[in-house]
This record gives sequence, structure tokens and C-alpha cells, in this order.
Amino acid sequence: MNNLKSRIAKEKRFKAYGIISITTALTLLTILFVSIFSQGYTAFQETRIQLPVYFDQEILDPNKTNDWNIIKKANFNGLVKQSIRNLFPEVSGRSNKRKLYKIVSSSAEYQIRNIVNNDLSIIGSKQNIWVLADDDVDMLIKGNINRNLPENERRIDDQELMWIEYLESENLIKKVFNKTLFSSGDSSESEQSGILVALLGSFYALLITLVLSFPIGIATAVYLEEFAPKDNKFVDFIEVNINNLAAVPSIIFGLLGLAIFLNFFEMPRSAPLVGGMVLSLMTLPRIIIPARAALKSVPPSIREGALGLGASNVQAVFNHVLPIATPGMLTGTIIGMAQALGESAPLLIIGMVAFIVDIPQGFTDPATTLPVQIYLWADTPERGFVERTAAVIMVLLIFLVLMNSLAIYLRKKFEKNIT
Amino acid sequence: MFDNEELLKETKSQALNSETVGDIHVDDPRIIAKNINVFYGDKPAINNASIDIGKNEVLAMIGPSGCGKSTFLRCLNRMNDTIDACRVEGELFLDNENILDKKTDVVSLRAKVGMVFQKPNPFPKSIYDNVAYGPKIHGMAKNKIELDEIVFKSLDKAGLFEEVKDRLDAPGTSISGGQQQRLCIARTIAVSPEVILMDEPCSALDPIATAKIEELIYDLKKNFTIVIVTHAMQQAARVSQRTAYFHLGNLVEVGPTSKIFTTPQHKLTESYITGRFG
Repeated sequence: MNNLKSRIAKEKRFKAYGIISITTALTLLTILFVSIFSQGYTAFQETRIQLPVYFDQEILDPNKTNDWNIIKKANFNGLVKQSIRNLFPEVSGRSNKRKLYKIVSSSAEYQIRNIVNNDLSIIGSKQNIWVLADDDVDMLIKGNINRNLPENERRIDDQELMWIEYLESENLIKKVFNKTLFSSGDSSESEQSGILVALLGSFYALLITLVLSFPIGIATAVYLEEFAPKDNKFVDFIEVNINNLAAVPSIIFGLLGLAIFLNFFEMPRSAPLVGGMVLSLMTLPRIIIPARAALKSVPPSIREGALGLGASNVQAVFNHVLPIATPGMLTGTIIGMAQALGESAPLLIIGMVAFIVDIPQGFTDPATTLPVQIYLWADTPERGFVERTAAVIMVLLIFLVLMNSLAIYLRKKFEKNIT
Repeated sequence: MFDNEELLKETKSQALNSETVGDIHVDDPRIIAKNINVFYGDKPAINNASIDIGKNEVLAMIGPSGCGKSTFLRCLNRMNDTIDACRVEGELFLDNENILDKKTDVVSLRAKVGMVFQKPNPFPKSIYDNVAYGPKIHGMAKNKIELDEIVFKSLDKAGLFEEVKDRLDAPGTSISGGQQQRLCIARTIAVSPEVILMDEPCSALDPIATAKIEELIYDLKKNFTIVIVTHAMQQAARVSQRTAYFHLGNLVEVGPTSKIFTTPQHKLTESYITGRFG
């Protein structure tokens, strides 16, 4: 009786340990997600200020050429400043005016320039244009700067606060969806910076990784598992090496890429092409090992059944073994790709850690990747970059969740086909 | 298991003496095995076995576990090739062709000598595709109509058609164990083999499914030569015309089934069929 009681108690205790550890893990995860999301969700909005812009013929095109090549050299900055002055005509004095100009982002002049470029007939008219606010204003509007702090403890002084509150009362300032975040590259001004370069960089690099490592990895796994001679020293040597490679720190692959791809083959620096190649080196063993495990788990009776019917080895493998092993192989591949997506260390070494403003047009243009962008922005102290860092983490997490869900979906789908 | 020391000693001395008792020859042989030796690495598994297998006969191979009967069976369609450490020596003629010759094409050999395994192993495909796979890879059907005919005929011969005709698209793994085994037999028949090897085909099945398979074997005998390995002596007695008794890698005795089970000549055979070890 006693024995039975203690056995039941033991089982209960063991279950409790399991529940406790799961709860702990979930709590920690929740804390992580809450902290990232609470910091990052505001980054998906940006603050815009409505400026009454008078597209003054005198400033833009005094000679009435109507020629963009001449107009583009006009003083758009002055136009913006004039528009701001129109909003606050009472502000006087050089330093006050300079302070006033700073409530609008420096990108405003390019925005206005683009508007003129798109439609030259706008010259001479008056338009209300929503331009990007400066990052400090943005932070204040989003509540990241406390208005009730004493003046010397906040980045916005009382005078600026007064202007902003005037704009608020006139409904001349609003928060909109942050298009800039998804349509521009890096910038030293946080309100003008975006992750498009990193997104495209990650996309191009992963594409290269997939194209290189998937066929090579699967073919290697199939050969080693199904066709390679057993008890062969050379095959054993290769196997040991593949297993070792899976455990090599990823930064070593970066050094390898630097030495071979960049220094020896003189491939372009900072390019997704090289990034993808380095990531494929890292991903290959991570695809090969699960793929071999998947092939190994196919019951030998299936292979025997096919061989017994007179199928050749190749037919048995391709008609029967591979279809059964597919879900396992795909899962391994997708998880390997997800790891590659989250990898930053090897990319730092081959120069994908750079301040890149221009959107990459192809595989050889300089780019960064999402994790590297996180690394770059996490280094910047400005409040605007803090929320953007959290936002990139969110975007990266969303991609990782999507990829892993795809892995699970594919596994379920193929398993259904088999049984 | 040996029930006494004396018998153990006796079997050991008998094992050294590899002469086969009884009549290994038949008048109309389809397969002639001469001095077959099989090794797993350095370990001998079959020791100098010679036997004829006649046309349209059912040969049962019995013997205690590890006696080499399955190994011998797998020599007949060279399935032992798939085991790396396994080495087969001797001569094995199927229709006057030495099938142990390296030049023999195992693909066409296995089409001629089909195999049914211990555990039902249908492919994870539809019932139809399971049967159609063999004819497809051997190019036996020119079009869908011919293929349909082969599949339906094979299922019918295996006594399965009536049970599955409404769900040929269902996965082969979704039917019962006995049906799965008959599906595997249908799959084997579909490539029109001359010989069917069965490696304990009923060991994973219940008595009713077993009875159905045995009936099937009885029917199939008309068109095929069947070699069946079995643990159940009653089964050997029920389905076979001739029985071969293996012991520790030796082919101890061969003879008509009725004779083996009533008046065995060899002491080992007698001990086995009377249940003194198994």
C-alpha cells in the first residue's frame, strides 16, 4: 500500500515539475514578447504635420522655364522654412526660428520636391501638405517624452511644446501608418530610417541560401543514406565532418567567407550574394542531418517491398523512400532557413553590417539583413531608434513564426498524404 | 530451447555433419540449389545446402529461430544483396540460369521471383497504386485499360477484389492486417512471377486472416511455385507438398510433407516436430 502511495505521489510530483517548467518558460516568453511589443508597436505609426505650402513661382521657377532640370535646383529648403513661418508668424529671432524649423523632419524638403516633380502645374498654388515631423516631436506625440517633466529634463523645451500643443489644438498634427519604416533604408535621422534594405537583403540572401543549400543538402543526404558504400573510411570521414560542421560557431563561417569569397574570389563586399553563400555553408549541415534522420526513419520494409517487386535501388528510393521522408526533410530545411534568417555573426564579418541608404537592386548591391539591422539600431541611443529596433525584432519574429508554421503545415499535409 | 544437455550435445555433433537426409531431388525442378553457403561477415549462416524446388509445388521451410530458413529464402531472389555483410556462395539455377551469377540482372530476377514479407508492408499509396506499381516499373501495361485489367485480376486472384473494389483509392495502409497481406500478395502476383517466396506471411495475422491466406496459397499453387517459411508446423502441414527442415544453418531433412510429419528420418526433425525444441 505504502509503495503504491509513494509511486502515485512520485508521478504527481513529476507531472508538477513538468507543469512548473512549462509555466516558467511561458512566463519568460510572455515577458520577452510584452517588452518587445510594448516598446515596438508605436514604431508602426509616424507623426505628420500639416504645412500650408505656397509653391511660390519666385522661389521655384522665377524664369518660368517649366523645366524640371532647372526647378530641381531651387531652394526647397527655403520653401519649407517659409511654410513653417506661415504657420507661426509671430516667431521672431534667429535662434527661435531655427528651433521652429526643427519641428519638421529634414526629409520635408525632399517630399515637397517630389510633389513638384510629379506635377509641375502645382507651381503657383497653395496646398496643405502633411510632412514628416522631427523624431523628438514624434516621440512627444507618442507619449515617449513626458510633458510633465521639468523643462531641463526633457528634449523638447517649453517653447517647442507650446508650438506642438498649438498644432494639436488646430488638428494640424496626426499619427498615420508608418510607411517610411517599410519603404526606406537606413538613415541617421530615426524618423527617416526604414528596414527595406534589411528586408530585401534578408530576402536575397535567403534566396541564395535556399537555392544553394537545399538541392546540395538533400542530394548529399540521399546519397550518404541510400547509395554510399557502408563501412567505407572515406564516407565515414565525410559523415564525421558534416556532424562537426553543424557544431561550428557561425562566425567561423563568416571568416571562411571573408577569406575565400571576398579575398580570394574578390566578390563584392556587403552583398547578399556572398551573405547567402556564407549562410548556405552554415545551413548545409543543418539540412543534411535532419534529412538523413528522415530517410533513416523510413521503415526498411517499404524499401524491401519495392526491391522485392523488382524495383531498382533508384526506383525504390525515389518512388517510395523519398516521398515518405519528404515532410521530415522539408521541416529540417525550413528550420535551417529560419536559423539562417536569424543569423547575424557571419554577416558582420563579410561586411553586411553597413550604413546603407540605397535600396539594393539585386544580389550584388550592398545590403544588410534584419538581424544585422537590429544589431545596428540597438547600438544607437536615440529614443526613436529604440522603438524601431523593437519593431524590426517584431518583423523578424513574425517571419520566423511564419516559416515555422509553414514547416508544421507542410509536415501535417505530407503526413496526411502518406497514411 | 533445448530441454536437456544430451540433446544439445547431439545437435552440436549433428550440426557438423551437413548431409541432408531424405530426397532433395524432384522430377520437374524449377529451382535447383547446389551447395549454397551463406556467411554474415565471417559467421556461417547456411552450410552447404542443396535442394530442388519443383514446378507448381508448395515447399515449406521449417526450423527453429535462427536456423537459416529465411536467409535461404532470401537467396532465391537475391534479397541478401541488400545486406552488406552477407555473402552467398554456391549455384542456384532458375530455368537453367545461375541467378547467383554477378551478371544476373536482379531487377528481372525479382520480377520472376516475387516475395511476400513477414509483416504486411503495403506502400503508403492507394490500394490501386500498390498493385499497379510493379507492372508500371516493368512496363507491363501499354495503357490505363491494360493496367486496370492487371490490377483487378491480381486483386481478384488474391481474393481481395470483392472486399476493396469500392475503395481502390483508399490508402493501402487503411485496410486490416490480413487484407494488407493479401494486398501484398496481389502486388507480387501483378508482375506475373514464376515463383513466390513467402517469409512467414501469417505470423502477424489472426487465425481467420491466416486461414484466408492459406486458402489463397492453395489456389495460387496452380499457377506458381511457392516457397514458404513458417514457424507454424500445422501451417506447413496444411499448405505444402514438400517440407524442408533447417537446423543451425544445415538443411537437415527434405521430404514429402506427409512423411516429414509422420515418419521423420532424422532425429533432429523428429525432436522439432514433436515439440522438444522450437
